[in-house]
Amino acid sequence: MNSAETTYLPTSSFWNDTGKTGIRAWIFSTDHKRIGLLYFYSVLSFFLIAVMLGLLLKLELMTPGRTIMGPQTYNAIFTVHGVIMIFLFIIPAFPGSFGNLIMPIQIGARDVAFPRLNLFSWWLYIIGAAIILVSLFTGGGPPDTGWTFYVPFSERTSTNVSLAVFGAFVIGFSSILTGLNFVTTIHRRRAEGMTWGRLPLFVWSLYATAWVQIVATPVLAITLLLIIAERVLGTGLFDPARGGDPIMYQHLFWIYSHPAVYIMILPAMGVISEIIPVFSRKPIFGYKMIALSSLAIASAGSLVWAHHMYTSGMSDTAIMVFSFLTFVVAIPSGVKVFNWVSTLWRGSISLEAPMLFALSFILLFSIGGLTGLILGAAATDIHVHDTQFVVGHFHYTMFGGTGFTFFAAMHYWLPKFYGRRYTEKPAVIAWGLMFVGFNILYFSMMVLGMEGMPRRYYDYLPEFARLNLISTIGSWLLACGLALLLVNLFRGLRRGEPVGRNPWGGATLEWSVATPPPTENFTEEPVVTHGPYDFKGAGIP
Amino acid sequence: MTNQPHRDSAGATLGMWLFLFTEMFLFGGLFLLYAVYVGRYQHEFTAAGKHMHLGFATLNTVVLLTSSLLVAMAVTAVQRDSRGTAFWLLGGTILCAAIFLCNKYLEWSSEIARGIYPNSPQLAAGPPGESVFYGLYYLTLGLHGLHVLIGGTLLAVVALRVRRGIIHSGNPVWMENSALYWHLVDLVWIFIFPLYYLIL
Amino acid sequence: MTSGTSGPHIIGYGALTKVWLALLLMSGLTVTVSRLDLGSQVHVWGPLAIALAKAGLVIAFFMHMRYEGRLLRWLLLIPLVLLAIFIGFTFFDVSYR
Repeated sequence: MNSAETTYLPTSSFWNDTGKTGIRAWIFSTDHKRIGLLYFYSVLSFFLIAVMLGLLLKLELMTPGRTIMGPQTYNAIFTVHGVIMIFLFIIPAFPGSFGNLIMPIQIGARDVAFPRLNLFSWWLYIIGAAIILVSLFTGGGPPDTGWTFYVPFSERTSTNVSLAVFGAFVIGFSSILTGLNFVTTIHRRRAEGMTWGRLPLFVWSLYATAWVQIVATPVLAITLLLIIAERVLGTGLFDPARGGDPIMYQHLFWIYSHPAVYIMILPAMGVISEIIPVFSRKPIFGYKMIALSSLAIASAGSLVWAHHMYTSGMSDTAIMVFSFLTFVVAIPSGVKVFNWVSTLWRGSISLEAPMLFALSFILLFSIGGLTGLILGAAATDIHVHDTQFVVGHFHYTMFGGTGFTFFAAMHYWLPKFYGRRYTEKPAVIAWGLMFVGFNILYFSMMVLGMEGMPRRYYDYLPEFARLNLISTIGSWLLACGLALLLVNLFRGLRRGEPVGRNPWGGATLEWSVATPPPTENFTEEPVVTHGPYDFKGAGIP
Repeated sequence: MTNQPHRDSAGATLGMWLFLFTEMFLFGGLFLLYAVYVGRYQHEFTAAGKHMHLGFATLNTVVLLTSSLLVAMAVTAVQRDSRGTAFWLLGGTILCAAIFLCNKYLEWSSEIARGIYPNSPQLAAGPPGESVFYGLYYLTLGLHGLHVLIGGTLLAVVALRVRRGIIHSGNPVWMENSALYWHLVDLVWIFIFPLYYLIL
Repeated sequence: MTSGTSGPHIIGYGALTKVWLALLLMSGLTVTVSRLDLGSQVHVWGPLAIALAKAGLVIAFFMHMRYEGRLLRWLLLIPLVLLAIFIGFTFFDVSYR
C-alpha cells in the first residue's frame, strides 16, 4: 500500500507528460482529459452550492409559516437553486466532464475534433457562471421568478433578471459548441474498425445529446435575449396590452427546455448501459435498440414541449396533440429499461458502488418516468400541475436519474484517471443513506402534491406540516450520505489502493490504455476488432 | 475513416455547418413569433408594411447578394492561391457590409425620427398589433445587423491573414468557414426581405 | 466530388457570376410580384417561394452544398424539418384558440 506517499501518480501520464506545470497548464490545456476534469470540479462545486440552497429551502418548509427566512428570500433561493442546478450542473455535467474524459478514448481517438474549441467551451461555461453569480449580489438582487423566468413577472420584477439571463445565454453557447464538437468528433475521429455498430452506448447517448444541444439551445438563446429586450427596450412582444402573447414566451421557452431534460438524462442512460454489462459480466441485451432508442428519445422529445403548458390557456387541440406525443416519448425509455433488466437476467452480478447506483437508477428513474406520464396525460395533469408532485417527479428523474448516475460514473471512471480507488464499504453505506434519504425526501413531495400543496409557495396549509417535516428529515439523511460519498471518494483518489489497467473488467477502449492514460491516449493507433461488451472477444474473463 | 488526420477539412466543414444550424434556430425563434403574430394582426401588420422602406431594402438585398458573390469568389481565389485577388474580393465584401449597415442606419434614423421605436409614446398609443410588428422588426433586423457586423469583422481578419499568407490553398479553413458564415447572413436576409417588405 | 478526398471543389468565377445574375433576376421578380395586384395568395406566397428558390441557389452553389457529401446534405434536413415542426406545432395552439 502506498497510501503514505506524497506523489500518487504511478507512471508518466497525462498528469505530467506534457512538461508543462502549474495552473496555466490546466486552464489553457486543450487535452480533453484535463478539460474533462476542469468541468468535473466546476460542476461539482456548483452542485454543492445548489445542494446547500436546497437544504435551506427544506429547512424553511420544515414547519408552516416562517421558519428561517421571509418569502422574498425563499423565492430567490428556489430560483437560484434551479438556475444553478440546471444551467451550471446538470446540463453541462455529463457532456462536459465524463463526455470529455471518456468519449474520445472510447472511440479510439487522440482527442476531440476541435480541441481549442473545447477549451473555449469550458471558458464560456466559467464566464457564464461568473455572470450568474455576480447577478445574485448586484442590481436588484437575485432573481425571484423561478428558473423558468415566465413573463410577465420576469419583465417587471426589479431583481437582476437581465444579468442572470445573460449569464445563462453565455453558458448556452458553451453547450452548443460542445454539442457540435462531439457530433463532429464521433463522425470523423473513430479509430479503424470502430464502426457505428461497435460504438459504446455511452458514445451513442452523447451523440444524440449533442444533437439536442445543437438544435434546441439556440431557441433558448433567442428566448433569453427576448427577456432582456422586453426589460431593457420595452418591445412588448409578450405584453397583452400591446398585443403580445405571454403564452408565446412559454412556447419558445419550452421548445428548448423540454429537449433540455433529454440533454440531462440521455448521457446518464448511456452510462447505465456501460455499467450494467460490466457488473453483470454479460453483453448488453438489445444493443441496437438501445442505440436507436437514444436517437428516438432525442427526436420525439423535441416534439412534446407544450406538455408543460396544459393550464396556460393554450388551445384544447394543442393539449390533446402534445399529450398524445408525450406518451410516444415514453416508449423508447421503456425499451432501455427492459433491455437493462434483460441484461441483468442470468448475469453474474457484483454489487459494488457503481452497480448499486446504476441499479437504483433503474428504480428511481422509472418512478420519475411513470410520474411523468401522470403529468403528461392532460386530464391528470390538471390536478397536479404546479404542485409538489411536479417537484417530486423531476427530482426523481434528474437527481435519482442523472444525479445518481453521476455518482456511479465517479466511482466507475475516476479511479482510471487517478490511478487509485475509493474504499468499497463506506461507498455502499453512503449509497444506502442517499437512497433512503432520497426517497423519504421526494416521495413525500409527490404525496403532498397529490394532496394539493402547490410548488414555489413559501407557506402551506397546516395539514401538510407532517409530511413536510418528514421530507426535510429525508434531506438531512441524503446530505449525510452525500458527504460520506465525497469524503470517501476523494480520499481514495488521493491515497487509496492503486488501481490497474482494468479494475472492473470492461471491454471498452478506455480500459485498454494505461492507468492513468497518457496525453495522447494510445501509444499506437488502435484497431478495433470486437464490440464494446464482447468480454470474450476482448480477452477478459 | 482516418483517425488522426493532420488536416481534416471535411470535419471543419461539418463543424461549421452544425454552427450554421444553430444560427438557423436562433433566427427561427423570431420567425416563429412573426408567423404567429402576422396571422393574428393581419390588418396592423399590413398597415405598418405600407410604411416600410422598400427602396432601402431592395438596395440592401442587391448589396448582400453581391457581397455573397464576392466572398464566394474569394474562396475560389484562395483555393487557387491568387492572394491579391482574394484580398481585394474580401475588401469588396466588407465594403458591401459597410454599405448595408449605412443603409440600415439611414433607414432606422428616419423611422426613429418619425417616433417609431420600441416603447415609443407613438407606438404605445397605437393599436396593439403595431407595437408587436415593430418590436419584431427592430429585434430581427437588429440581430441580423449584429451578424453583419460580426461577419464583416471576421472577414477583415481573414483578409489580413490572406494577405500575410497564413490562409492559402493548403490551409483554407478560415476562409471557407467565414464565407459560410457570411452566406448565412445573406440567407437570413433573403427571408427577412419578403417577410417585412414584400408580403404585407 | 467530396472535399478532403479528391481535393477541394473549386467553383469558377464565371459560374459564381451566373448564379449571382440569377439571384438578382429572382430578386427583381419578387419585388415585381409583390407590387402587382395578383391576388392575396400570390402576393404572400409568391415572394416566399422565390425566397426559398434563392436560398436554394445560395446553399447549393455559393455554399458548395452541391458538391458536398451525402452526410452533410441529409443533415441539412434536420434544422429545416425541425424548424417547420416548431412553427407548425405552435399553430396547434394558436389556430384553435
